[in-house]
Amino acid sequence: MTTHPGEKKSRFDPDPMPRRDFLGLAALGSMMAAFLLSIFGMLKLPKAAVSASPAKKFNVSIPDTLPEGEAFIPPGRNVAVFRDAEGVFAISTVCTHLGCIVKASPAGFDCPCHGSGFTKDGTVRKGPAPKPLPWLKVSLSGSTVTVDEEKTVKAGTKV
Amino acid sequence: MQAENYSALHEFWTNLRAIPSHVYRAMFRGGPPKTDRTRSSFIFGNVFLHLHSVRTHLWSLRWSTTMGLGIVTTAAFLITLVTGILLMFYYKPYPDIAYQSIKDIHFIVPTGRFMRNIHRWAANVMVVAVILHMARAFYTASYRKPREFNWFIGWGLLVTTLGLSFTGYLLPWDQLAYWAITIGANIAQSPREITDAMGITQWMDIGGLQREILLGSDKVGEEALIRFYLLHVMILPLTLAMLMAVHFWRIRKDGGLAKPKDADERVAEEAKEFYPVFTDSPAKTYHLAAVVKGKTSAVDSGPEHTVPSMPHLFYAELGVLMLTTLICIGLAFISDAPLKELANPLVPENPAKAPWYFLGLQEIVSFSAFMGGIGIPMLCVIGLGLIPFLDREKEGTGEWFGGPGGWKLVKWSMVVGFASSILVEAFAIKFGWLREWFPDIPQLIITFVNPGTVLTAIYAAFSIWAVRKYNSTRAGALALFTCFLCGFIVLTVIGTYFRGPNWDFFWSPSDWGGH
Ligand code: HEM
Ligand code: FES
Repeated sequence: MTTHPGEKKSRFDPDPMPRRDFLGLAALGSMMAAFLLSIFGMLKLPKAAVSASPAKKFNVSIPDTLPEGEAFIPPGRNVAVFRDAEGVFAISTVCTHLGCIVKASPAGFDCPCHGSGFTKDGTVRKGPAPKPLPWLKVSLSGSTVTVDEEKTVKAGTKV
Repeated sequence: MQAENYSALHEFWTNLRAIPSHVYRAMFRGGPPKTDRTRSSFIFGNVFLHLHSVRTHLWSLRWSTTMGLGIVTTAAFLITLVTGILLMFYYKPYPDIAYQSIKDIHFIVPTGRFMRNIHRWAANVMVVAVILHMARAFYTASYRKPREFNWFIGWGLLVTTLGLSFTGYLLPWDQLAYWAITIGANIAQSPREITDAMGITQWMDIGGLQREILLGSDKVGEEALIRFYLLHVMILPLTLAMLMAVHFWRIRKDGGLAKPKDADERVAEEAKEFYPVFTDSPAKTYHLAAVVKGKTSAVDSGPEHTVPSMPHLFYAELGVLMLTTLICIGLAFISDAPLKELANPLVPENPAKAPWYFLGLQEIVSFSAFMGGIGIPMLCVIGLGLIPFLDREKEGTGEWFGGPGGWKLVKWSMVVGFASSILVEAFAIKFGWLREWFPDIPQLIITFVNPGTVLTAIYAAFSIWAVRKYNSTRAGALALFTCFLCGFIVLTVIGTYFRGPNWDFFWSPSDWGGH
């Protein structure tokens, strides 16, 4: 509240705090700093340092009877593994729209949640999905196939 | 010095016998609330009741002023509070176990199913009531000066209420819950649609951060469940309770509910039955008022046609509370809260649907995750919050559909709101959208040009027309609010009843087949 010269003051309107009240300002300033710092510190807690999820790298053995071009879904994984004349490859089945699990269909993959459709190589065919389904890194040693869900490779990479 | 015949033992005995009356008098200093005067002191002497003012304007008591919707919301909240605490006796927030504990509550715990049903229904009633209450505050132009801040608090209450419903939806850990939250969390991540297109996700992954903070992990798992539980039973209810206290207090400090300028004349007939204010208690608590500077709501307004809040307002409030309770209990008898199979992260529920009030969102999310889930909702939420600061006109305050244009404009806005949303939806359902016609179209174009944004643009254009036609911001607000409300209804109905497996269009859920 600013006071103008000549204005009558009552005991309810004391003089404003002197501008350069050093101690007061220092106290206020340090309080603000401590407050902001503690908020910042508290915000660090909810962001987990490591996330408690199972290993992203896993081995599968593809059944010999798997027909060419048909998806094999390793139990408990959101991945479709294929084998054809050119080799083995794996495509993630997590829809790039909002994370539902797509189902293999004659046309490729279909998502049950908002109707995204993908071709057999993961390209978006229809619906809201913004990106193609990623191809995952696959490595072979003998007959076991290792899929790494964290590493994506260029579409069309078969081993 | 004690008197000769003083007997401490006797005194003790008298005190013992007088305990009930002394406790009573210590609690209620003003004596029993039997006259207007003692009732007044009863109200302002009680920390809970004094959120009310001692007298209430007859205009505020009219059914048509509020339709009791704020109290319905309050009542529904109280019901969820009581039933929620009861559910907490048995609920265990850990994946799979959570599902079992809900099953126990539903099938084994005495009255468990009933409490769960009431809780679920009261939550739904609360969401409906808070939306209607907001609409009533909007249409009666009650958000205007000096009530801007209270509209703002109400806005916070709306967001908190929706947050409570959303977090509660995960807790049963069934298929419905799991996939709704997976979708919700991925909506939080959808700013990636923009950052990906600009190629900056590596450096500035806002979407990813939001999702990670929400879930505490990279998928919906134990961390997410604990977080949602904490939000649902602790953080959000506390926030809501605090905001509610401010909301109520503010109504009082803003001079009661908004009313038209001539409200006094209009209730004059009813007022004849009551004693006018200031006759019985000339010694008002005037001293405090003398030290307050500035212009409060009561300055310049002479005695009005008010009646004592106790009993007139309190009976009305109690009536609404009982009615709300009755409705919730009735619904709980008729219909059980759903519980699907245990959550399965490998097989999505098909169709996977969010709670019904988010299905309108899910409908536009099915065109673009970012625009539908974040862009347009943000626009609505920010627009809602700013209404009182954009419309600073005076005409029509306290009047239903008050302001330039009035009911006629609202009627036309309803036509535009319903027609354009139905047409845009019908077009998209029948002919598909850009991707179906131009398979190689860049995602960014779809993000900005999709049925959701087209509809928003139509609504905006219509409101600009209304502003110019009536030369009034209020007219534009009336048009825009009505349009969005209608669009919300149409999209919600389509999302709820006309979308089936694969989010395909079906005329009726009975055609879904095979489920
Ligand atoms: C949990 C949510 C809420 C509760 C419990 C609540 C409760 C109330 C109550 C009891 C009243 C008194 C009048 C009446 O019953 O209508 C009121 C008035 C009001 N509310 Fe709310 N409210 C909530 C949310 C909202 C929202 C979302 C808005 C708007 C964004 C809002 C804006 C207002 C305004 C502006 C008033 C004053 C109305 C007037 O003066 O006529 N409230 N609220
Ligand atoms: S999650 Fe696949 S279409 Fe939405």
